[in-house]
Amino acid sequence: MTTDEVTGLDFMEHSFSNTLPRRDFLKLAGGGILLFFTVGDLDLLAQQRRGLPTDFNAFLKIGEDGRVVCYTGKIEMGQGIITSLRQMLAEELDVALESVDIVMGDTDLCPWDMGTFGSMSTRIFGPALRKAGAEARAVMLELASEYLKTPIDSLTVENGVVYDKSNKQNRIAYAILAKGKKIERRAAGSVSVKKPSEFKIIGKSLTRRDAKEKVTGKAKFTSDIRISGMLYAKIVRPPAHDSKLVSVDVSEAKNMKNVQVIQEGDFIAVLHQYPDVAEEALSKIKVQFEKPELDLNEINIFDHLLKVAPEGKVVTKGGDIQKGESESAAMAEHTYLDGYKAHAAIEPHAALVHIEGNKANVWASTQNPFTAKEEVAKALGFSSEHVRMMPVFVGGGFGGKTTNLQIIDAARLAKLTGKPVQVAYTRKEEFFFDSFRPAAVVKIKSGIDSKGKMNLWDYHVYFAGSRGAEQFYDIPHHRTTAYNASWTGAAGTHPFATGAWRAPSNNTNTFARESQIDIMAAKAGIDPIEFRIQNLADKRMQNVLRSAAKQFGWKPAKAPSGRGFGVACGIDAGTLVATIVEVKVNKNTGEVKVIRLVCAQDMGLVVNPEGAKIQMEGCLTMGLGYALKEDVRFTGKEILDVNFDTYEIPRFSWLPKIETIIIDNQESDPQGGGEPAIVTVGAVVANAIFDAVGVRVYQQPMTPERVKEALKKG
Amino acid sequence: MAEETIKFKLNGKAVTLSTDGDRKLLWVLRTDFELTGTKYGCGEGLCGACTVLVEGDAVRSCQTSMKDVEGKNIVTIEGLSMNDQLHPLQKAFAAHDALQCGYCTSGMIMNAYSLLSKNLDPSVSDIVRGMDDNICRCGAHKRIIEAVQSAAKEMKGGMKP
Repeated sequence: MTTDEVTGLDFMEHSFSNTLPRRDFLKLAGGGILLFFTVGDLDLLAQQRRGLPTDFNAFLKIGEDGRVVCYTGKIEMGQGIITSLRQMLAEELDVALESVDIVMGDTDLCPWDMGTFGSMSTRIFGPALRKAGAEARAVMLELASEYLKTPIDSLTVENGVVYDKSNKQNRIAYAILAKGKKIERRAAGSVSVKKPSEFKIIGKSLTRRDAKEKVTGKAKFTSDIRISGMLYAKIVRPPAHDSKLVSVDVSEAKNMKNVQVIQEGDFIAVLHQYPDVAEEALSKIKVQFEKPELDLNEINIFDHLLKVAPEGKVVTKGGDIQKGESESAAMAEHTYLDGYKAHAAIEPHAALVHIEGNKANVWASTQNPFTAKEEVAKALGFSSEHVRMMPVFVGGGFGGKTTNLQIIDAARLAKLTGKPVQVAYTRKEEFFFDSFRPAAVVKIKSGIDSKGKMNLWDYHVYFAGSRGAEQFYDIPHHRTTAYNASWTGAAGTHPFATGAWRAPSNNTNTFARESQIDIMAAKAGIDPIEFRIQNLADKRMQNVLRSAAKQFGWKPAKAPSGRGFGVACGIDAGTLVATIVEVKVNKNTGEVKVIRLVCAQDMGLVVNPEGAKIQMEGCLTMGLGYALKEDVRFTGKEILDVNFDTYEIPRFSWLPKIETIIIDNQESDPQGGGEPAIVTVGAVVANAIFDAVGVRVYQQPMTPERVKEALKKG
Repeated sequence: MAEETIKFKLNGKAVTLSTDGDRKLLWVLRTDFELTGTKYGCGEGLCGACTVLVEGDAVRSCQTSMKDVEGKNIVTIEGLSMNDQLHPLQKAFAAHDALQCGYCTSGMIMNAYSLLSKNLDPSVSDIVRGMDDNICRCGAHKRIIEAVQSAAKEMKGGMKP
């Protein structure tokens, strides 16, 4: 394979020089056929689009060169949509995959988008893109019909060429039809998309579109962008959140050659043309802070959370809880705990801001460039039309790159120095400013009747959030209550910022629910897979579970069987997941080793099956971290884990044998892919530990200490 | 800052640089030479994103002082593909989808290069042991192992690392 055989990255070719004057982007899009479409809420869109069209938020263009370009505000951070979005568009337009480019995240070229999170790109954006593609194809057929003087019914399209079915010589290419034209259409949604039986490109496994850039080191992440005259900034940070600056002495840093010191109240920064020299200058600043008094840590946080919890809101309910209690033959009541987790993407947050006159160009590692654009505009006092977020690769997000504090720092410093300024977090800053997955508590009371059928479910979740809290078993008397339904809390709840973390809420909720279901299966003396199937009304979930069991080679036995097998189900972003695991538990050390993971998933229509499997593998591997090791330690508002020596994330040596199965369900709408499989990992491990050694760990992560403690209690 | 003149070989070319010998190689590569394929991940040698080859050995460039590379032969990810021809490891990483966000990829490939230069027929456990100190958050581990195995096979077939 030569370099030519691995295709390059689209959006770089479509980026315009940053000196280009600002313009109405419709003008910039140039000649050709433009098709506009809308994804999501029009009202929300109208609020965001001052002075710009508000009836669409994505568009595609068939250019005079025959290239098809989709402009979207989504970003690529490893999840692979740069590949799958192309597939969808090429399929519906009947053009070669190679002729499709996806321009992402450039706020001047791309219409407004809320952000890249919630597994929405394929699930929500995808169907709209396909419809737009189908509609654009219909426009091309109309034009071709006129040109070829042939009725539309007699025409067909292959590789971007329209021809007469009865006379293949009577043909015309999209590129020629687009030449010299400026046709703008709004998608009306009246043209239907292809049926799965007609697919040629959707459903095919493709390697990553951006692979070549990434294996050669050429892919540009934010901190890789260099512009002449730029300075690297390092900022004085407090030891704990909400600390008070007591004294500061910058004289030694000021004396360093070519070092610029900026001081605006307690915002103190040093800048230099080399980031390492700026770092050295920072170390010369003598600074004293007073930390706030707060008696909280990773151990007593749960009592605190229960104390400050707001009133609960019932998410779902059915039947009568009291009746369920009185009719239960056996009940169990347990409390589950989950600590704070860091996003820990390997790329720390970074931003580069370049101000020219009243305009700013910004490169930043962010999942929501359009939000960032507004934030920068506000920080600079610029009109938001004068701020442009440039396209860059994002080195992992997982929800963590929806907070953009580093961009504001860079914008502030660019304004104060009059130079382009880069702010790139150190790993310590990355941990300090992370919006952690929240610590949370779940309390569950559940019961079975005399036949082993679930008949009671009373579920209370504190601070994890309500995503994935609703149980999906067939239980006559059930109630789900969320105390703070989001992953952020009111002031005084968490000692630092919390936020969405890959499949937010659902990792904690699935851990608690599926542990409790397993407890009930053991009480009923029924094999945990059989017990779930008996209590699931949803045939699709039964099918997913059976598929996983078949692949695993599951032989029914009630737990604890001593085999170390565990099972769990979950639903996230519309996708149904079942995972089965085999673990080995070292009774002396408490160490849990995951040997094998089998995961089946029903995610509806699959655009790029290999891409979907990669996401499943990523979820399962990453999930081992929160299941076994990851727990942010802190004292008050000071974060104690600030690098990978004490905050351990999964490594090669942790890797189990991973097998993934995608259920064939091409007739259904596509569902989430980047998050669902991760939600089951904690629960399968907990259930497998119980199956192995007969004791249960009720807190994530299931560290050796906690396993040993559980064994001691017996 | 005491400037000194440091000479070394970078991706096959002799280079000379006047700089503070205590500066770390990572930052010199990324700024003075604008070779940004080598990444910062942790700054303490814990993650491997900054891995480069010094005399054929994988080292953490964030922990390597410039004064220690005097006269040495340094190869970065940019120096791996020659004449637009991808190295077997680069091809294997692309073909096996052994990356997601791609931020740790340069370090992974450089570390694997060093591993394969010492052991052209590694077992899976050799690869796991050899790669264990390079971390990836996206969870591409499974395919990275497959890519390294596949590259090893191709390189055994005559291609020099």
